[in-house]
Amino acid sequence: MTNSIDDIADEAKVFFITGSNTTETHPVISYRIRRAIKNGAKLIVADPRRIKMAENADVFLQLKPGTNVALLQGMAKVILDEKLYDEDFIKNRTEGFEDYAEKIGGIDLNEMAEITGVPAEKITDAARIYAGSDPAAILYTMGITQHTTGTDNVLALAGLATLTGNLGKRGGGVNPLRGQNNVQGACDTGALPNVFPGYQPVSSPEANQKFSEAYGAEIPDKPGMPMTKMFKAALEGQIKGVYVMGENPAVSEPDICKITEALETMELVVVQDLFFTETADYADVVLPAASFAEKDGTFVNTERRVQRIRKAVNAPGEAKSDLDIFCDLGQKLGLKGFNYSGATEVMKEIGELNPKWKGITYERLEEGGLCWPCLDENHPGTPILYGEKFLTGSGKAQFKPVDYKPSAEAPDDEYPFILTTGRSLYHYHTGTMTRRSAGLSDLYDMEKALISKEDAERLGLNENDRVRLTSRRGEVEAEVKPVSELKEGTVFMTFHFAETCANQLTNSELDPVANIPELKVCAVNLEKV
Amino acid sequence: MFKVTINGLETEIEKGATVLEAAEKVGIYIPTLCHHPDLSTFGGCRVCMVDTDGKIVTACRAPVADGMVVKTDTEEVRQVRLSNVELILASHNEDCQNCTRNNSCRLQEVSAFVGINQERMSRIRRSVEPVKEDDSNPFFHRDFTRCIQCGICIRTCEEINGVAAIHFAFRGFHTKVSVLGDKPIKDSKCESCGECVVRCPTGALYLTRPETPEREVESVCTYCGVGCGIKIGVRGDRVVKVDGNRDNEVNRGDLCVKGRYGFDFINHPERLKTPLIKKDGIFVEASWDEALDFIADKMSDIKAKHGADALGGISSARCSNEENYLFQKLFRAMGTNNVDHCARL
Repeated sequence: MTNSIDDIADEAKVFFITGSNTTETHPVISYRIRRAIKNGAKLIVADPRRIKMAENADVFLQLKPGTNVALLQGMAKVILDEKLYDEDFIKNRTEGFEDYAEKIGGIDLNEMAEITGVPAEKITDAARIYAGSDPAAILYTMGITQHTTGTDNVLALAGLATLTGNLGKRGGGVNPLRGQNNVQGACDTGALPNVFPGYQPVSSPEANQKFSEAYGAEIPDKPGMPMTKMFKAALEGQIKGVYVMGENPAVSEPDICKITEALETMELVVVQDLFFTETADYADVVLPAASFAEKDGTFVNTERRVQRIRKAVNAPGEAKSDLDIFCDLGQKLGLKGFNYSGATEVMKEIGELNPKWKGITYERLEEGGLCWPCLDENHPGTPILYGEKFLTGSGKAQFKPVDYKPSAEAPDDEYPFILTTGRSLYHYHTGTMTRRSAGLSDLYDMEKALISKEDAERLGLNENDRVRLTSRRGEVEAEVKPVSELKEGTVFMTFHFAETCANQLTNSELDPVANIPELKVCAVNLEKV
Repeated sequence: MFKVTINGLETEIEKGATVLEAAEKVGIYIPTLCHHPDLSTFGGCRVCMVDTDGKIVTACRAPVADGMVVKTDTEEVRQVRLSNVELILASHNEDCQNCTRNNSCRLQEVSAFVGINQERMSRIRRSVEPVKEDDSNPFFHRDFTRCIQCGICIRTCEEINGVAAIHFAFRGFHTKVSVLGDKPIKDSKCESCGECVVRCPTGALYLTRPETPEREVESVCTYCGVGCGIKIGVRGDRVVKVDGNRDNEVNRGDLCVKGRYGFDFINHPERLKTPLIKKDGIFVEASWDEALDFIADKMSDIKAKHGADALGGISSARCSNEENYLFQKLFRAMGTNNVDHCARL
């Protein structure tokens, strides 16, 4: 997030939530937003489903899955035409406005309405509300990013925030709500193929030299392979061994048949987890890991706040923390610098190599969390980014107009429905933890593929009828639930349940920049069984 | 600032403050049942009655006035508080031994303070009709015989998480806290966050597994990216409870259903307890040395034969920063940048 939870919850006058089912995926943030709305803030929700948040919305835009760019550029068009933009901000803190304005100005709003299925009047209303109150905060999640046009979607959102001067100030910003407890931290600490800790590019000669020296190794300056490409590479014989920690790709990755096939071909598959997962079936070695309650360390939350986790109980049996396992394995591999006394010492090393975390120490974290960048031991942390300048060469925000491109797969006669996937309040990812928590499974015990009432009537389907869903990649059987929250032609499933694995169907086509798969749109058929 | 005198103690407090807040400031206890600092004022229980300049008012609602003289222990105040508590107790389940809130119950605390006469109570007590409790939610049940209709649960649901799943229904003696259509709460729009259970002053909303921890450890929730501060309640070597940490700046005590109740997996019997190596298609238990030697040999072998880029590391958004850091360090020190994690899923 560019901003902190507190400043947007307390000070935003408008929330624009798109591609985020906030009440189910980030419940505690949704409490804060509902409270703000009760205190007079306005809400715009854009989502293919009439999610719970839509009940509180001033405008609800039920767009067709995969048409985000058309909707967002349509809003930008209205803001430009009606001169609702922030002239001072554009003049002082941005560049590329003329090109952007020219390109967006050429858009036909009615065409955007046609593409998105959202009436032009509603797009206009949303634009006026977003640009009409200051400050306005954008919140999004995977509904924006899990598309072959994910990067374009984010650029289009950033365009709206830049146009209206909603960056670098309290109550505004472009705020991706991070889905997993430490997904922000995993990125920050360099568990990415193209960057070292602190987003220092592996291809930068200075960074590469620094880390190569620190690790006593020659680290290639070519970015590695993202996970979404590793399995394809394994099928082509390029990847021979994979080490999987705390992850269940045999259920969570798109196009599962290909993933399991790839796991079978590899010479070495290591799975390190709390439980014997579906992926563990394909492993050569399975290692028992400690849970979050059984170790010391830190997580980074969605607002870049580094916070302490503390050991409460002992891990069962011989299970060990991942940290201890890597210390042992590193030494067995003959690698230098794997004899740490504990998490504190590792954090010290991170601070030495990542300037953005230099000021973060375990002593300071005892007093509370710190938002990075935190540049030295007296730095208070940075809850709001871009207050002074942007991370561009000129320090100015750059407008990047994008073109609407359709999703990789469109519905046709053979596969006439669009499947979009997501999450439930009661479960987490592939359910390895939540499905072993009795009460959560009582409240949500099996997948129900959601279909529109219109489609249910047309196909003669009632609640709990079993259907076979098929796509170009696989098939799965599940019970259906007709709902009014979906438009005709759209099907919704979660990916929590291995036995009704939605990812048998999903498309592994990637966004060319971010390498994120198009989990939010694929074409499927469904028939009663 | 207004000058207020309470039981002869003088204090200054800002305009708009209530008599209850003024009393708290000088350290004078006023019994309350429906008051909660997180919530709007209700003024329904009538046990916080005080005398302000000769008038009997509810301390939680009455604003202070400059020069106000407050008395909290006159005969009249004692009598009106006692009567109001007696009326609540008259319809209240008297089996405290079988209540999960025995010894941590606000009604017990207030009853003890106002001084209940058991003999008199037994005369005025209504026979409580057996009302079936709502046991539809797996985490908490609703026992209507212990509900004092303070409305704290209703205001919590409305004001804390904004769901508004419950409200008062019916009239007079039949008044109860209900969901739309008086259905079991599981069939309502309740999100099972448990915020109401945390604030219920009696045992009306009670945990189905009410284990009291021996000690608490401050940590952060393991589910979504909000990063709510939690207190892990431990008994022996088991996690038995999770509470929101009110001192944490992210959530200030709020939690959702997963964060508060989804901790069974930690103590689950299916946890992996020993390394396993697949031999002839069957997993057999192995020592750490055997397992790590096997992995180190295989990784070194693949690197020697095909180069380090034939290895791939999938790290985890569930693991700590320190662990992710070591994971990428290990693979990069092996000579490959093929390291990633589940950020895109």
